[in-house]
Amino acid sequence: MAATPKEPVQFSGAGPLNAPIGGLLTWVDQRFPLMSLWRDHLSQYYAPKNFNFWYFFGGLAMLVLMIQIVTGIFLVMHYKPSAAEAFASVEYIMRDVPMGWFIRYMHSTGASAFFIVVYLHMFRGLMYGSYRQPRELIWIFGMLIYLSLMAEAFFGYLLPWGQMSFWGAQVIINLFDALPLIGPDLSTWIRGDFVISDATLNRFFAFHVIALPLVLLGLVAAHIMALHEVGSNNPDGVEIKKHKDAQGRPLDGIPFHPYYTVKDMVGVVVFLFLFFLVVFFAPEMGGYFLEFNNFIPADSLKTPPHIAPVWYFTPYYSILRAITEDFMLVLAIGVAAYVVLIWLTTRDVRVKLAASVIGIAVIVLMIGGPLAIEAKVWGVAAMGAATLIFFLLPWLDRSPVKSIRYKGPLFKTALTIFVIVFLVLGYYGTQTVTPAGTLISQVGTLIYFSFFLLMPWYSAMDKTKPEPDRVTM
Amino acid sequence: MIKNMNKINNLFAILLLVPTLALAAGDHIKLDRAPINEEDHASLQRGARHFANYCLNCHSAAYMRYNRLQDIGLSEAQIRDNLVFTGVKVGELMRIAMDPKDAKNWFGATPPDLSVVARSRASADGSGADWLYTYLRGFYRDAERPTGWNNTVYANVGMPHALWELQGEQVLAERKVRGEGYMKTEMALKLDKPGQLTPTQYDEMVADLVNYMVYMGEPVRSNRKTIGMFVLMALGVLFIFVYALKKEYWKDVH
Repeated sequence: MAATPKEPVQFSGAGPLNAPIGGLLTWVDQRFPLMSLWRDHLSQYYAPKNFNFWYFFGGLAMLVLMIQIVTGIFLVMHYKPSAAEAFASVEYIMRDVPMGWFIRYMHSTGASAFFIVVYLHMFRGLMYGSYRQPRELIWIFGMLIYLSLMAEAFFGYLLPWGQMSFWGAQVIINLFDALPLIGPDLSTWIRGDFVISDATLNRFFAFHVIALPLVLLGLVAAHIMALHEVGSNNPDGVEIKKHKDAQGRPLDGIPFHPYYTVKDMVGVVVFLFLFFLVVFFAPEMGGYFLEFNNFIPADSLKTPPHIAPVWYFTPYYSILRAITEDFMLVLAIGVAAYVVLIWLTTRDVRVKLAASVIGIAVIVLMIGGPLAIEAKVWGVAAMGAATLIFFLLPWLDRSPVKSIRYKGPLFKTALTIFVIVFLVLGYYGTQTVTPAGTLISQVGTLIYFSFFLLMPWYSAMDKTKPEPDRVTM
Repeated sequence: MIKNMNKINNLFAILLLVPTLALAAGDHIKLDRAPINEEDHASLQRGARHFANYCLNCHSAAYMRYNRLQDIGLSEAQIRDNLVFTGVKVGELMRIAMDPKDAKNWFGATPPDLSVVARSRASADGSGADWLYTYLRGFYRDAERPTGWNNTVYANVGMPHALWELQGEQVLAERKVRGEGYMKTEMALKLDKPGQLTPTQYDEMVADLVNYMVYMGEPVRSNRKTIGMFVLMALGVLFIFVYALKKEYWKDVH
């Protein structure tokens, strides 16, 4: 079947070169969907015109991903993934490789910057209801990116082979060890040895430089394809596709290129200013981006007195440490109360029964004497649940409106408290264990999960304001 | 006999670990602020000489090359003639001849490499420089220690006081200080036998040494700040252009 030749591409802007460039583009376009990709994703992708400050962070996350990949390639040229040489090779990069320190600091700062922009990007989604129908899949792809990013950061952190690299990995891998039945074998399988060793370093290197970057790139592509399929949300949380002009273009939409490309360039320059402020003037960031203890080579015989994960994991680390033996009763009461709440507010008998059966099973496993699972395992479960629960958000939010601008005081209060609790948990995750810190982490853990688990109720009963028909600037 | 020696050494190694763990449980050490200036090349050069003379016998600095010291204004010839005592080439790393296993037998623990010690000793209590500055001035006589020395910053440290001939011998003595409304006693360092240097001279010497170790921890440190200024200025200029471009394009969006 002979394809109908496409229209020649008209190129304007380069003066006398218009004709040859147009000719080249036509040649490519007749063999590759060049112009349709350009149109669908840039020049005729209509984005709401009312994007605000919070809409910079998706693009910035892509920029940081690129920084990490490019600097990562150059680091791999000089880094030695071997327990005997890794630490020295990092110092070799810092001293003997021309501008090696620059590449390394960009990569180490980039790791933290990645989490900063991703957390702000997720917060934007929480504020404006970007996870709501029809954007559930965008949210799910985004959460998968977030989980992959955590794995990528975890694997990467072992590579400098400092004390925190080693003992941080030790703590996390030992979490798997706590799992019932398969735990010990699973952790040995992850390490590739009975202790963290050269074998562990080599496989983490493979995951860090090949496996997870591929997964991340694929997920980012899926995230953007899903986004461009349904269109972007906006700070008002209203659909711009409801009002179109005669040509079918959303009235409140503007082409992504050139409007948002030039706007994002401003965001990029401001971001890079802050990024390089850290890279050149405070690469350790007071021990938060590069931990001081990690300047001591890994030593399997010397446990550091205080093992803290890097700051971006600390909220979850706090939740892990909050689940102690004497906290199990409180958790069990919480589960019971939740089942009662479902009984009181649901008419569907099947839901009531399912909630009761699951609830009782969980309570038995929590405090059921000989049947109870130890608190350490529940800590691991709670930490996992704390990251995975984000996936449920599209179905937990029952508010008639999407954006926080039109949501009522209940949701606004809940989100504010959630953000504060996330930061407080993050802070206590960097500190050594104290009774007060544990208590605060336990209260924080309860609030953290309540934000999600009670959302179907408080979001539905909240006093919302009417959404506007069109976006507001 | 030898077997017993090893047992005793192991015991020392264990004892060495115990106080570090106890310290970490909460005690914060008050560190003196190190009076250092990373731009002061004369101080860095004096520090490099002290480092080569007093530290580089037991401790290596195996990530640092001798000829990197050209950064702080020394010529290759000066480095070769004054700082390289082991006969290696000037482009070599600052390694030492001591066998780590012997060292472990002698001191209870292998003396750590000092290349990045100024970075690893930083904590919430103060910078790595502050730690080193306080540590090197914190040795005192303690008959209960195998080396005869103990330290206020690093209790029961395995390292003997390498600079004792210069500083003299300090002891830990009780001192009365004014508490809240009453007098209380605390333990404080007191110079018992003076050394070759006066206390002020010794402090200055330690400051030079610490200044050098901070430089050695990250030789590019001062250079990176200079480059950083240019990068930030370039981004500042770029901001003006991208902001104007955005304004121009967005004129017609209402």
